[in-house]
Amino acid sequence: MNIKTHLFKGKKIKKSNKFLSITFIIFITFFSSFVVSAQEVALNDNGEAVQAGKKLFNANCAACHKLNKRAVGPALRGVSAKYDKEWLYSWIKNSTAMVKSGDAQAVAIYEEYNGSVMTSFLQLSNSDIDNILAYTDYIPPAPVASAVAPGNVASQSGGSGVSNDIILGALVLVFLILIVMLFLVQKTLLRIAEASGVKITPEPKPKRTPIWLAFVQNQFLVMVSVVFLLFSSAYFVYGYFMQVGVDQGYMPVQPIHYSHKIHAGANQIECKYCHSSARVSKHSGIPSLNVCMNCHMNIAEYNGEEDLENGYTKDFYTKEIKKLYAAVGWDETNQRYTGETQPVKWVRIHNLPDFVYFNHAQHVEVGEIACEKCHGPVEEMEIMYQYSPLTMGWCINCHRETNVKVESNEYYAKIHEALSKKYGIEKLTVAQMGGLECGKCHY
Amino acid sequence: MASNKTYWKNLAQLDPSDEAVKKLEHNEFVSKLPKDFLSDEKTLDESSTSRRDFLKYVGFSTAAATIAACEGPVIKSVPYVVQPEQIRPGIANYYATTIADGYDFASILIKTREGRPIKVESNKDAPTLGCANARVHASVLSLYDSLRLQGPQSNGEDISWDNFYLQTDSMLKALAASGKEIILLIPTLPSPTSQKIISDFIAVYPNVRPVVYDTISSDTALNAFEKYYGQRALADYNFSKARTIVSIDADFLGDWQGGGYEAGYASSRIPNGDHKKADMSQHFQFESNMSLTGANADYRLPCNPADQKNILAFIYDSLIGGNVRELSEELNPLAQKALTALIKSGTKGVLVSGIEDEVAQATVLAINTYLKSEAFNPESPKLIRQGNANEVLTAFQAIEAGTVSGLISVGVNPVFSSSNGKALGEAIKNLEFSLSFTSKMDETASVSQFVAATPHYLESWGDYEFKPGHFSLAQPTIRPLFDTHQFQDVLLRLAGRNTKLYDQIKAHWNENILNSSSWSKALHDGYFSVESSHEFSKPSFSGLNISGLRKASSKGMSLVLYTKTGMGDGKQANNPWLQEFPDPITRVSWDNYLTISLSDAEAIGLKNTNTANGALNGSYAAIIVGGKTLKAPIIIQPGQAIGTVGLSFGYGKRMGLKDEMQTGVNAFELYQNFNKVQTVEISALDEEHEFACVQLHNTLMGRGDIIKETTLEIFNTKDKKHWNKMPQVSKDHIEFDVTSPEVDMWQEFDRSIGHHFNLSIDLNSCTGCGACVIACHAENNVPVVGKREVRKSRDMHWLRIDRYYSSADSFEKDNKTKESISGIGDSLSIFGKMELAAENPQVAFQPVMCQHCNHAPCETVCPVAATSHGRQGQNHMAYNRCIGTRYCANNCPYKVRRFNWFLYNKNDEFDYHMNNDLGRMVLNPDVVVRSRGVMEKCSMCIQMTQKTILDAKLEGREIKDSDWNCACSNACDTGAMVFGDLNDEKSKVAELHQGDRMYHLLESVGTKPNVMYQVKVRNTDEV
Repeated sequence: MNIKTHLFKGKKIKKSNKFLSITFIIFITFFSSFVVSAQEVALNDNGEAVQAGKKLFNANCAACHKLNKRAVGPALRGVSAKYDKEWLYSWIKNSTAMVKSGDAQAVAIYEEYNGSVMTSFLQLSNSDIDNILAYTDYIPPAPVASAVAPGNVASQSGGSGVSNDIILGALVLVFLILIVMLFLVQKTLLRIAEASGVKITPEPKPKRTPIWLAFVQNQFLVMVSVVFLLFSSAYFVYGYFMQVGVDQGYMPVQPIHYSHKIHAGANQIECKYCHSSARVSKHSGIPSLNVCMNCHMNIAEYNGEEDLENGYTKDFYTKEIKKLYAAVGWDETNQRYTGETQPVKWVRIHNLPDFVYFNHAQHVEVGEIACEKCHGPVEEMEIMYQYSPLTMGWCINCHRETNVKVESNEYYAKIHEALSKKYGIEKLTVAQMGGLECGKCHY
Repeated sequence: MASNKTYWKNLAQLDPSDEAVKKLEHNEFVSKLPKDFLSDEKTLDESSTSRRDFLKYVGFSTAAATIAACEGPVIKSVPYVVQPEQIRPGIANYYATTIADGYDFASILIKTREGRPIKVESNKDAPTLGCANARVHASVLSLYDSLRLQGPQSNGEDISWDNFYLQTDSMLKALAASGKEIILLIPTLPSPTSQKIISDFIAVYPNVRPVVYDTISSDTALNAFEKYYGQRALADYNFSKARTIVSIDADFLGDWQGGGYEAGYASSRIPNGDHKKADMSQHFQFESNMSLTGANADYRLPCNPADQKNILAFIYDSLIGGNVRELSEELNPLAQKALTALIKSGTKGVLVSGIEDEVAQATVLAINTYLKSEAFNPESPKLIRQGNANEVLTAFQAIEAGTVSGLISVGVNPVFSSSNGKALGEAIKNLEFSLSFTSKMDETASVSQFVAATPHYLESWGDYEFKPGHFSLAQPTIRPLFDTHQFQDVLLRLAGRNTKLYDQIKAHWNENILNSSSWSKALHDGYFSVESSHEFSKPSFSGLNISGLRKASSKGMSLVLYTKTGMGDGKQANNPWLQEFPDPITRVSWDNYLTISLSDAEAIGLKNTNTANGALNGSYAAIIVGGKTLKAPIIIQPGQAIGTVGLSFGYGKRMGLKDEMQTGVNAFELYQNFNKVQTVEISALDEEHEFACVQLHNTLMGRGDIIKETTLEIFNTKDKKHWNKMPQVSKDHIEFDVTSPEVDMWQEFDRSIGHHFNLSIDLNSCTGCGACVIACHAENNVPVVGKREVRKSRDMHWLRIDRYYSSADSFEKDNKTKESISGIGDSLSIFGKMELAAENPQVAFQPVMCQHCNHAPCETVCPVAATSHGRQGQNHMAYNRCIGTRYCANNCPYKVRRFNWFLYNKNDEFDYHMNNDLGRMVLNPDVVVRSRGVMEKCSMCIQMTQKTILDAKLEGREIKDSDWNCACSNACDTGAMVFGDLNDEKSKVAELHQGDRMYHLLESVGTKPNVMYQVKVRNTDEV
């Protein structure tokens, strides 16, 4: 029941958002296309220095610095105005030495950032630094409002979905009008006929046994249909009961909208990077929030692709990252932990009953089963859901078909030799190794 | 044609005034039918629920359950914000720590899961006391006791610690200024750092006087040792080096002088050596109550306390020289025999005694010194008993007289555990200052002004010195569950020291103990040993005057107080595992009782009866000691010395306990002057007590194939077939062994590939201590069912330890009697007699759990295939498949299957640990908690064997023999239980399987079990 409500909720949100999102899409596509073009033009003006600087900045500085916001280090927009250029050269190349030498400005920065040391970039030449500074000084011109009529855009990029709806609506309307018209026509005709004295008498129908009576009288037919009805209802009742407790497709709404599509799909983060205990323990483990912060300390906003149709904008994702910060107690402005935490209460998706023992490490490490085999195309899941039925039949089938990875595992050496000698086969399935015994999973 | 004849069934029907006939006109039966198959009749009659209501409820609840079952619950998962490095969900961590509660001392390992301590294991690497008894195993559950104090109190009101310090500090200062005396009552605390903290505290408050209080005293032995060796300690004994053990009322397999001797004892009890020249120790026991030690003895003589003194004097005089006073006819033969054996074994003989008399204890030291006994170890004495009875009694008198002004009690409960507790309680109320450090609102805390809530030992730091130079450390295994402070921390703060116990311990160890060894390693191991430099001059016993022992004589009945394996001194009375633990000797749970011999009981008019459903009842007796009267039920105890009765400590507590746990009577009330022997008068009361006894048949009835036993003589001289004969079966007039495939109706399955688990139980080294029973409970989430259910034989123990008495002098004679029976008349009369145990029977213990039969009768009768066999030898039980027909239990020849008659968790009817969130924290997450209506039984700890296999697979290695474990074999400190893989030729269990002593229980049934037993060999002379 729950699953259904959740599914249902999901759909509902989609529908109500649809209209909004359409207008949104129209607006955004138009707007962003303009901004991009404007920026590009400006860049070309400033020459290659900014381009080269951008590349260098992303490679060397972006881990700790942001343009407009304080991160591990200070925001760098317009930094060349604050400091002398020569000073900046030596600072970037070896800041530690400057702090040690007692340079007033250097010591001030060092103390402001609680004694965190900036990496020395001896490999950067002065011209490289010039380029970087050119990039940090560069201010893209403010976007100018466009004069293009919104209607125009709708016809261009509004999408065929809208027009289809309109066409369908129009068709329905036409048909309705047609029905009304026909009805009116008939009424008028009747009135004319009456006025002209034509009497319309319906032809008497020949008397026949009604079909239901004929059916009732035919005992064979009745019996066949009763049997058919019984069987088909039994089929559906059985089907209904067999799905009780099977939560395939369970897709609950989570407290933080965490997108596996972005993490495992777009960014290609390995499953076991976050779910590390799957390697050693029976639990795959929901990663603790400090694991998230390994990356999200530096990734404070989302800059990837958007799914405007579903409302997954950059803004939306950035808000979700803020939820993480609130939970883990991360003070973004001061770049430090406040110590006030609110553990996240995730809704558990894969719920094996208590009487089943399942061990992730055995499957993932010993059996070398890919995570996707049971969890499905996680890299495509915007919202995580239960891919497999997790029924006993499903487990057993896999145990029957899968061969045990005996190679280079000392544990299997003896038993494998004995079994292959006995049965005269080289490959052994899990079932042949005793993987179908009740007590292997139920205790 | 109508007939006027009246037909009548009996004469009574013709009498119209007959009551029964009148009743029968309206009812089907004359008397009301008992309803106790459901619950007790009284509750049912008083219930406001009618039959119609009941059916309505059934209808509604079925419908509700059906609807509810269609909906899956939403389960939340809350991960750590910052996950501690060492905690990985699903993987257990082990920490070495130490229990030292003043009564039980042991080095142990604590298994924690996701930060929760869930099990206690013995720290087998520890050189001293690395063995956990049943109580220590159960102590983890006391951590999750829902009645623990959650913060400090003042005059019954909750206060904050700051307030607590403020108030106590000012009161202490005022008392110190006026120089009024305060008594600091502490239990035995062999802790170097704590001693230092206490002396520092006394330096600040010189008016504080520490008094060491052992609730159950070893004062006389301590005094004797102190007198001759100059140190207040107890001599240690190593029974593994003994060839002859003579024990005069020393229950050294129980709690005698702190216990912990079973491992050494058991290792000397296994006949080993060359074939036909095997040797084992010989054990003589002279005692009044039937103790665990007496039950294991080769020769046991029940005798009263005065006789025991005479025997000790006799042995001393005969050995060392003196006027040997002849013993009475009953005592002489066995005393002579023991003496001869002692002399013969020379330095390999040892004598121990529990007689509470300073001279007697000195005599024991003298005898062992004279024998130059290798087992006797005064150089390295035990420091785990320190109590001084005289000081305690004086302190109590001072409190009662009001000559002291304050009492600080630390982890002791004198109002409950002293003989004049009531008066003491009143006196404490009148003291100017009283402070009780306790984790429970107990009798003493309730009369104290201030109550300081202390943490459980698993939440505490500590250091201990069990023996000189043998140190151990205690570390917290969980953050304190409640707002509690350790008493050492409180004393430090009150003494104005700005430091914590942990820093104190670490500093003290680094300075004085570790000698530049690693602190982290010591903490990791849980123990640290240094060479002890304790020197003492050789004592001279020449001045010993034992005329008192020689002349001792008894008048009237003697009451001998003792402790039960399960309850000890009663600190853990609110522990449902221990309450339900059946006593190894009487097999009674949830009670203490007066043990009495059959002849005394008959003379006084006391009896034990069995009710219609088999449950045991016992008459109540009035116990009168020095004007005090207690009312206690009796158990007729075979082997109880005539003229003596026994009563155990630890029961009768009423405060800080749930209603269900308030069982038994308080024997401390009769423990006058710390003397366990008291003169007593017993009289019968016209009342009956209902016991919850799990074994209602006491004798073996000559069925020698259940417990096979022989004597050392026969074992050494005769062939295996004389003393361990395989049962035969005839096919085509040819005799075959029952295990022969010729006579097997089953198809044999090839078990030579992979693992084949077997468990071996040595009846020689099993002392019946019951640590395995509690370990099994903890490991497998076995529910506690309560007294009422146990009484109905619905106990859930997966592992039971059967205790059998012989009905003749020995089991051997029983076997002969049974074989000589011919004809039905004979069998009726003789079997009837054999149901009664002898006055001084032989005793045998036999742990029985699921035998994991390869040809299991239970598996074939299950209609839903819920129980099936694994190729590794385990009999699997799929609880979720079971529909509860109980066919399997009926078809099990060993009666080891247990049925869940009710839902035992989250059920107010069973208000034990599984009924509250705190108590459920002890559950093992790898084992499912069973629901109502399913069968369960020993799984041979499949979760542990699987864990071993899975770990080996993960690490890609072969499995060593020592990797295999199950909860019971792990808990068995005597090594009686050995678990392993039969297909590993080098394994210990494979060796035992090939041994001559190996047999299977009820081999003739042909079940081919995977649990084997080793024939019990007694070191007696009979051939």
